[in-house]
Parts: sequence; structure tokens; C-alpha cells
Amino acid sequence: MENVYSALMQALQLTIVVAGAPLLTGWVRTLKCWMQGRRTAGLLQPYRDLARLFSKDIVLAENASWIFRFAPYVVFGATLMAGAVIPLISFDLPLGATADIIALVALFATARFFLALAAMDTGTAFGGMGSSREMTVASLAEPAMLMSIFTVSLASQSTSLSQMAHVITSTPLVLRPSLAFALLAFILIAVAETGRVPVDNPATHLELTMIHEAMILEYSGRHLALIEWAGMMKLLLFSSIGIACFFPWGISGHGDPLMLPPAFVILAAKLALIGIFIVLVETGLAKMRLFRVPEFLGSAFLLATLGMLSFFILE
Amino acid sequence: MNGKLNDILKQLLERCAVSMDASVCGAAACEVPSGFFSDAGKILKAAGFRLAAEWASDETLFGRGFGVYAAYIEGRDHIVIKSLLPPDDPAFPTLTRHFPAAYRMERQIASLMGLKPDGHPDPRPWIRHEDWPEGVFPLRKSFDGTKPLGRVEGTYRWVSAEGEGVFEIPVGPVHAGIIEPGHFRFQAVGEDIINLEEKLGYVHKGIEKRFEALGWEEAARLAARVSGDSTVAHAIAFCMAVEAASGCVPPPRAGHLRAIMLERERITNHLGDIGAICNDIAFTFLHCQFATLRERVLRTNRKVFGHRLMMDGIALGGVAADLSDDAFVAIIDDLHVLSIEFERLVRIYEDNPSVEDRIYGAGVLEPDAAKALGVVGFTARASGQRLDARIENPFPPYDKFPPTVPALSSGDVHARAWVRVEEVRESSRLIRELIREMPEGSVRAGWSGPLSGLSGFSVVEGWRGEIIYWVQCAPGGGINRCMVRDPSTMNWVALEQAVKGNIVPDFPLCNKSFNQSYSGHDL
Repeated sequence: MENVYSALMQALQLTIVVAGAPLLTGWVRTLKCWMQGRRTAGLLQPYRDLARLFSKDIVLAENASWIFRFAPYVVFGATLMAGAVIPLISFDLPLGATADIIALVALFATARFFLALAAMDTGTAFGGMGSSREMTVASLAEPAMLMSIFTVSLASQSTSLSQMAHVITSTPLVLRPSLAFALLAFILIAVAETGRVPVDNPATHLELTMIHEAMILEYSGRHLALIEWAGMMKLLLFSSIGIACFFPWGISGHGDPLMLPPAFVILAAKLALIGIFIVLVETGLAKMRLFRVPEFLGSAFLLATLGMLSFFILE
Repeated sequence: MNGKLNDILKQLLERCAVSMDASVCGAAACEVPSGFFSDAGKILKAAGFRLAAEWASDETLFGRGFGVYAAYIEGRDHIVIKSLLPPDDPAFPTLTRHFPAAYRMERQIASLMGLKPDGHPDPRPWIRHEDWPEGVFPLRKSFDGTKPLGRVEGTYRWVSAEGEGVFEIPVGPVHAGIIEPGHFRFQAVGEDIINLEEKLGYVHKGIEKRFEALGWEEAARLAARVSGDSTVAHAIAFCMAVEAASGCVPPPRAGHLRAIMLERERITNHLGDIGAICNDIAFTFLHCQFATLRERVLRTNRKVFGHRLMMDGIALGGVAADLSDDAFVAIIDDLHVLSIEFERLVRIYEDNPSVEDRIYGAGVLEPDAAKALGVVGFTARASGQRLDARIENPFPPYDKFPPTVPALSSGDVHARAWVRVEEVRESSRLIRELIREMPEGSVRAGWSGPLSGLSGFSVVEGWRGEIIYWVQCAPGGGINRCMVRDPSTMNWVALEQAVKGNIVPDFPLCNKSFNQSYSGHDL
């Protein structure tokens, strides 16, 4: 019985990740329009965009190899896999035990690795440029990300996200300086990882300024849809990692189906707040110069290190 | 004619065997033997003149070969130097040794008219694409512009760079955004740009050739379509050149109305551009706000002038339609709201450190380079060159209402944006004053075509910079040659200089801060 319940939870969770991600993106875009005094395309526009892309034919470069065709599925699959291990509304995740936070970072790295390869596969200048920039960002963001998450792991004595979140909710609320530092670091990293302003601009048409978008310029049709969808999921997942690590209250416990509806509402509220936060930052800041990004991620690493040190010194 | 100009002419007379040429109206003009074409330029350069335009004309219909012309400007003095070339094997000494600005204009003369600039360092074509057949020179009278041109295989020789880690990034001509086509080729090491080479001409429409087949009224309408965002300025420049040649003086009220339209065009485009600069650094909030403001001006234009861009509002001899007092009230009300909103947005622009970080020190065009390249317009004024045709060649009412011209010396993206901010303020002030002092009377003078052989020369400060027209009347009474020199012709090459040493992802921002016209350049 318990197994069936867990399996159901897992399925529900994946459904939320896959089906809910475009809604979060739509929410962010809607808010952004409101902030700028524009009329919006509606919350559901990302779904329509995906539907449109899926219905289109694929245009493949003549020299595209299997990597180019294969990469969108790897990217989508890896992101989906990551979505299976991050607790959104329940700690009951059978797959949660299979992958801890290190594996999670590795999953995102796999997706990125294949996307960078695919971008170079067609041999265009923009693909190579985008790959090189993405890798520069990644090489700085990933260590900082691990550092920040490890600080939380130290506090909760585990590297499993479910376990970490569970420990934090079940211990009495105290303000921990280590977690505050780790949170700040995580926010900076999440901005870089999800390609938001001020690191990257997801809405630009200027090929030369792109980071993530430069890599996927050659994609079309369902390939592009899968990559875009994975990108939307990534935004949801990074928000969820932040919630699970730093604000896990409201996620339902083991074998507690009655807690599910409130947990769902709380999750939606938290994500809505994160959306507002993203839009406030994006409205108030211009994109930084590309060469400022290493400094930006350097400070994230520094904050994460401070968090870890303060754990040993203060706690 | 003032003393200084007389001195120069005397010098030219002694050293280059010139003779005064009375056929050019709107500027002092002399004819020199073709061998002295470059020497005359040297003398004028020493006297502080800059090369403003260089062009050629096929004068077969006048029973002679080709004419090659160069226009020089220094302050309020405008001189056109002309040389006649024989019809077979026409060649003239290059001006590039004295004026780098001649570099592309002479390539263009060689490509479209088939005159050879002797001593020019770069024999590659310009505007003319490599797939045009050999020996086709569309601006010659012998070329039939109504027949389609064949296509041949050809290659363009790019400037190349070699070395470890050097790679090329070809961008365009088709871009990811909806903008005009142009090809940019970067040589970069990592993200650092070591060289940028532009290739333009993708929107070459044969406008200059087309002028020759049109009547005067139609030609004025064509001039208004050379570059859509400068429709008023181009139309005024064309009309002024023709009016100069035919001795027509538009009534004072028409002058005021022309100036109001010109300044409104300046405001519209500057608003759009400042917003676009913000958009390129992902500061979309200001982009949307400035777009809203611009839209406000455009809608008032539609209400008052009947067209959002005020296209065809200018007519030969004056303006197409008079404005009522209600219209002036609408314009003043519009300006009132605009000024308040504009100042609010400018404060946001000024106060945001993340914006500041991007625009200061990016894409610097040094004042020396700007001067050497003959850059004009707000680009020049952002690089310490106080050039403005509204001061240098004022058409009424600018002689009575001179604008205050802002000039900054840093030459970066911020300077180019800030000059525009100041110009929006100044243009608003001018419009208010022009409306307050609006003279009564008609808005269009009677007008008849110029005499055969005469040509008119005009300089008008559009929002991008000085626009120059030279219109030559054919023996039959039509147009023999209409030379269009958009400010972009001078400024595109400056962009290549400004981005050197910047990083690749900053190029779109630098480019946007120049915002030159492809259509006006390619013609």
C-alpha cells in the first residue's frame, strides 16, 4: 500500500514539474508585462508556444550529426530526472533515494554538456560562441552551487534533498547565519543557471549577446520545443531546490495524503512569490557585461564559503 | 561671400588653375582640371575644411564625359569642387590620401559609375555585389535601369586575420531580429574584437538611378522614402536643392512648418533610440516606456499631419498643407506631457548603476578619429565635434531661431545617448518657440522647374546628421543626376573604429548607439 502511495506521489510530482513549468514561465512573463505597462499575452502563452513548436517541422543542418538530434531528448530527460528527486509537495519520493544533491548537479551538468556539444556540432560561429560562454558560466556556477548546498547538508546531516528538507522542517526554527549566506549564494547561482537577467537575457534577439540562446539558434520544431520546455522546467526546479533547502515548510510529510492539497497551495504561493522576486530584479537591473559574470559568480562562491565557515565556527 | 572663402578661392586659383562654376546653386563651386582634383582637396584640408561628400555624374547628355565632384564644409563655408573627365577611360586622383572619408565614397563611384580613383588603396567594390556581371555601371546613362540584371558567380575578398586563437564571426546579413540587413565580420580573440569589417549594400534599390526617370513632384516623394525614419529631413533636403537651382524661396510660414516637422522627427527617433539602447542591455522597462512616449508623438503626428511619420508633408516650394490653430494647440499639449514624462524617464536612466556600468566607456569613438573620418550628426557631437547644419547652413527659420547644440567629448555609448537626450529637450524648446512666433501667410510658393544644366546643393540636419542633396537638371528639363548623401555614408565606417578593443557581446549596444541607416547608405 505504501509503495503504491509513493509511486502515486512520484507520478503526481512529475506531472506538476512537466505541466506546471510553462505556467511559472507564463506568470513571470505576465508580471513583467505588467511592470512595464504592456498588455500581456496571457498566463497560458508558453503552452501555446510549445504546441506551436511541436506542430512544426524540424529543419536540420546538413552536417548535423546524431548528437544534434539526440541532445534535446537528453536535455529534456535529464531535467525530468532532476524533477523526480526534488521534493515539491511531498517527501515521499521513491526516486529521491536514488539521487542526492551531487547527482542532481551532475544531471544538470549532463544536460548542459550535451547542449554545448550539439551547439558546436553544426559548426556555426554562434553555436561555438554560446557553448564557450555557457561553459565559462557553468565552470564557475557549479562549484559555487555545490558549496552552497553542502552548507545546508552540513546543517541537516544529509545530501538527500528530501532528507534535508525533512530535517529542516522538523527542527525548531532558528536563524542560522550559515543558511543565510548559503541562500544568498544560491540566489546568485540560480540566476546564472537559469539564464535570467542580469546574467543572460532570455528575451533577446541579439545573437552576439546571447549565452544560452546562442546554443539553440539552430534548433527548430519539436527539438526546440523540448529544449524550451526543459528550460522552463529548470526555472521551476531551481525555484524548488531553493524552497526545499531554505523554505521547506508546508511540504507534506510521509504517508500524509490529507496534507497534499494545502501543500500544493503553499507550493503555488511560494512559486508565485519567487516569480515576483525574479521580475523585480529583472525590471530594476540591466544585463551586466559578460566579463562581470565571473565576478558575480565569484561572489556567490565567496558567500557559500562564508556560509560553510560560519557553520563550523558558530554552530 | 566672406573674406575667408575668398582667400581660399584665391589660393585655389593660384595653385590649381580653377575657374568659378556658376551652375551650382546653394554653394560656392569651382571647376579644376582633373589632375588638380586631389591638390584642391589638400589646400582645403589645410584650411580646415572637411570632406562632406564625393560623387560623380554622367554628363553625356550635356555633350561631355563625366563629372566628379567633392563637397567641402568648414563652418558656414561650403565649396563644391568639380572636375570633368573624358568619356573613355575616366580616372581622377584619389582624395583618400587627404581624407579617409573618401575611402568608401570613391569605391562607390568606381563601382556604380565606373570612374577610376587613381591611387586608391582598395580596389574592391562597394555597394555593388560580387554577383553583378563585369562592366555594369548602373549610374551611367548607357545603363537601362528597367531591365533585370543577370547574376554571375563571384567572391568578395575579406580582410583576414591569422594567429593562434584568432577566429571569425560572420553576422548577418539576415539577423535574428527584425532589422535591416547588413553583414558584419568580426575577427576576435576570445571575446575581444580585434577587427570588424562591414559589408553593406544588401538594400541597394537603385534610388539614385530611379530619380532620373521621375518628374519633380514624384522625385520629391521618392526622396521622402530614401530612409523611412528620416522622411522629413530627406524631403526637405531634396526640395531645398531643387528650390536653390530654380530660385524659388518658400514663404516664411512654410519654413516654420518644415522646421516643426523636422524637430518632431528628431524627437520621435531620439525617443525610440534611447529606449532601444536600454533594450540592448536588457533594461526593458525603459525601452517600453520610451516606446510609449514615441507612440504618443506618432499618434499626434497622425492627427495633425495625417501621417504617423509625416511622410509627404513637405512639397516643392513649401509644405503640402497648412496647420490650423487647433493643430498647434495639440502639438503644444503633446509636448507638455512629453516633457514631464521624458524627464522622469531620464532620471531613471541616469540613476541606475547597472545601466551606467554598461554605457560608460563602451564603444568609444575618439574625437581625433571622428574628425579624421568626417563623422557627422549626433555621433560627431558625442565625440567632441560641434557640427550641426542647422547652424552651418541654416534654412529659415533656423537663422532666426538657432538651436543650442550639445557636444560631449567622451565618444562612448553614453555620450551618444546623452546628446540625444539634450537634443530632445532642445527640439521641444524650438518647436514651442516656432509655434509662438508663427508667421501668417501662404505655405507654398509658386514653383517652376530649374533651367537645364543648373544644379542645386543643399545641406539639412536630419536627426542622424547632415543630409546632402545635389540635384542636376537635365537638358530636357528632368533630373540628370540626384546625389543623395545620408549621414550614414559617413558614420558607418566610424562604427568599425569604435568597436575595436570592445568585446563581442557589446557590439550590438555600440551599433545601436550609432543606429545608422542601411537604406540611406545603400540607396
